[in-house]
Amino acid sequence: MTIAFDYTRSLGPVLGRFMAGLRDGRVLGGRTSDGRVHVPPLEFDPITHEPVTELVEVAPTGTVVSWTWNARPLEGQPLDRPFAWALIRLDGADTTLLHAVDAAAPSTIKTGARVRVRWAPVRAGHITDIACFEPGEAERQETPEPGPPVEIMTTPIRLHYRHTTSDEEDAYLRALAEGRLIGQRCPACRKVYVPPRVCPADGVAPGEVVAVADRGTVTTFCVVNVPFAGQRLPPPYVVAQVLLDGADIPIPHLILGLDAASVRMGMRVVAVWRDRSAWTFTPENIAHFEPADEPDAPYESYAEHQ
Amino acid sequence: MSEVAVIGFAASDRSVTTSGVETLVPVFEQALDRAGLGRREVDFWCSGSSDYLAGRAFSFVNAVDAIGAVPPIAESHVEMDAAWALYEAYLKILAGEAETALVYGFGKATAGDVHRVLALQLDPYTVAPLWPDAVSVAALQARIGIAAGLFTERDMAEVAARDSGGSAEELLGHPYLADPLRAHDVARVTDGAAAVVLAGGERASRHRERPAWITGIAHRIDPQGLGERDLTTVPSASAAARDAGLDHDVDVVALHAPFTHQELLLRHALGITGSSRFIGTDGDAMFSAGLSRIGAAAEEIMSGRAERAAAHATSGPALQQNLICVLGRDR
Repeated sequence: MTIAFDYTRSLGPVLGRFMAGLRDGRVLGGRTSDGRVHVPPLEFDPITHEPVTELVEVAPTGTVVSWTWNARPLEGQPLDRPFAWALIRLDGADTTLLHAVDAAAPSTIKTGARVRVRWAPVRAGHITDIACFEPGEAERQETPEPGPPVEIMTTPIRLHYRHTTSDEEDAYLRALAEGRLIGQRCPACRKVYVPPRVCPADGVAPGEVVAVADRGTVTTFCVVNVPFAGQRLPPPYVVAQVLLDGADIPIPHLILGLDAASVRMGMRVVAVWRDRSAWTFTPENIAHFEPADEPDAPYESYAEHQ
Repeated sequence: MSEVAVIGFAASDRSVTTSGVETLVPVFEQALDRAGLGRREVDFWCSGSSDYLAGRAFSFVNAVDAIGAVPPIAESHVEMDAAWALYEAYLKILAGEAETALVYGFGKATAGDVHRVLALQLDPYTVAPLWPDAVSVAALQARIGIAAGLFTERDMAEVAARDSGGSAEELLGHPYLADPLRAHDVARVTDGAAAVVLAGGERASRHRERPAWITGIAHRIDPQGLGERDLTTVPSASAAARDAGLDHDVDVVALHAPFTHQELLLRHALGITGSSRFIGTDGDAMFSAGLSRIGAAAEEIMSGRAERAAAHATSGPALQQNLICVLGRDR
């Protein structure tokens, strides 16, 4: 499974000017009260704790202070072929900057090597405006007048995971794939959890496996009126907590097949299973719940289970 | 006079499920059993885990199920190694708000690419968008240490050989993973969970014949920017050691060093000389490794194998944050 989010960050007075510099083709450092020039710039002086206000241009050429070889680049890194990571002290700076060096082989990079910025062809005010570094000295170039500071930068983050289930979750999902619903009983409080889980009241692993019905009672619900990205049903529709007969914990699911305004607490509902050929290992094997032809359950029968 | 002691410890290095909760149940049972404490007698619970590592929001919420949260409990969480959760619990007991505490950490490092995930603890504006992986960042630090003459690749291999039982000579014949790091220089990525039980004052003596008294504990932080630091030194570890009262008079030392060169840097920063015995590790179980170092050091005291012990935990890139805990037989 992939979790992705485009982080949008406001930059503030120091990083905003630093990123604008990159966009304009120049590297800026921040000068602190001890006269040192930090690249990237610090927002606050570590000695006086005052805001850093003085930004000075440093050279686009520098010296490798440390390096390592990255034989198998990972997703998102500056180059998709083997390259060196390096800590680079740009001429005029007192601190080092971490970036990639496009070196042909480990033998072509060493501590003390001179490297220059390779600018990205299209620049937007982002650290990736420096595409990478490459061996050599930069030629002197006239840089244009500084443009306005960058206010916002966006950083897409994509992470990939393989989730693993517990033994109990595994049994629950396998049962779903066979059209069955199971819970497990807490050996201490005797409550039946669906899906089975460590009892949050007693902190003990679940015990006896219990079959539960595919019909139950709406304990509470909400009407979804708001459209959102990825929505599968046209609003309004109802998401409810359904207390399955034989269970002590309700499960969330859709209630369809009637006007949203007609759904009520205590309403008896029954599962509508998808076609058997579509079953997998998910609760989506149940398309939704719809009203059962039964009188409403009395409030006392589900009051404890909301 | 020391007021807080470790009275129980348990750890598991088996595979952790995504929620962590199933793994924690037996770890809690074991730690509480060793402390002679019932679950309902725990006044305060504190944990360390990470949403980014687990790949789900509020990863600690599921884990709270393993505590048994009804009736309501006092609980807290840090998004760091659980050694820092122990510090919070230590303060809670010192402040008189609790007599007993259970501290736990868990992480499922194998759910994703942990070395890539850890790029997200770097500066989010100027470094993280480049996705430097944790092994590469450590390699940059190792090279600076070697260039400064603090240690050699052979010294690093000898650290690995001590824990694996292999020979440094043989290890040095292996190819680089991230020059100058070889595979043996990088701690194995493992899932894991650990729990430490703390008690204050007389309560500790009541539960354990030889509680491991915390005689000093401190943590410090160095600047986040890798270029802002002299990577051959670990000022935060040195300062924490000073504040915790770490001296040469410890029988045993448990260091949390995810890379071999970091153990060498730490020994230097902490001024640990040859006479102390080192407790080796097998892997770096994210978010519980540091806590389990404290547990392992305490175990040495509780078992009678040591009179004084020191434990260390780290968090952040290239030893950025460091915690030192000194434990002793005497209050």
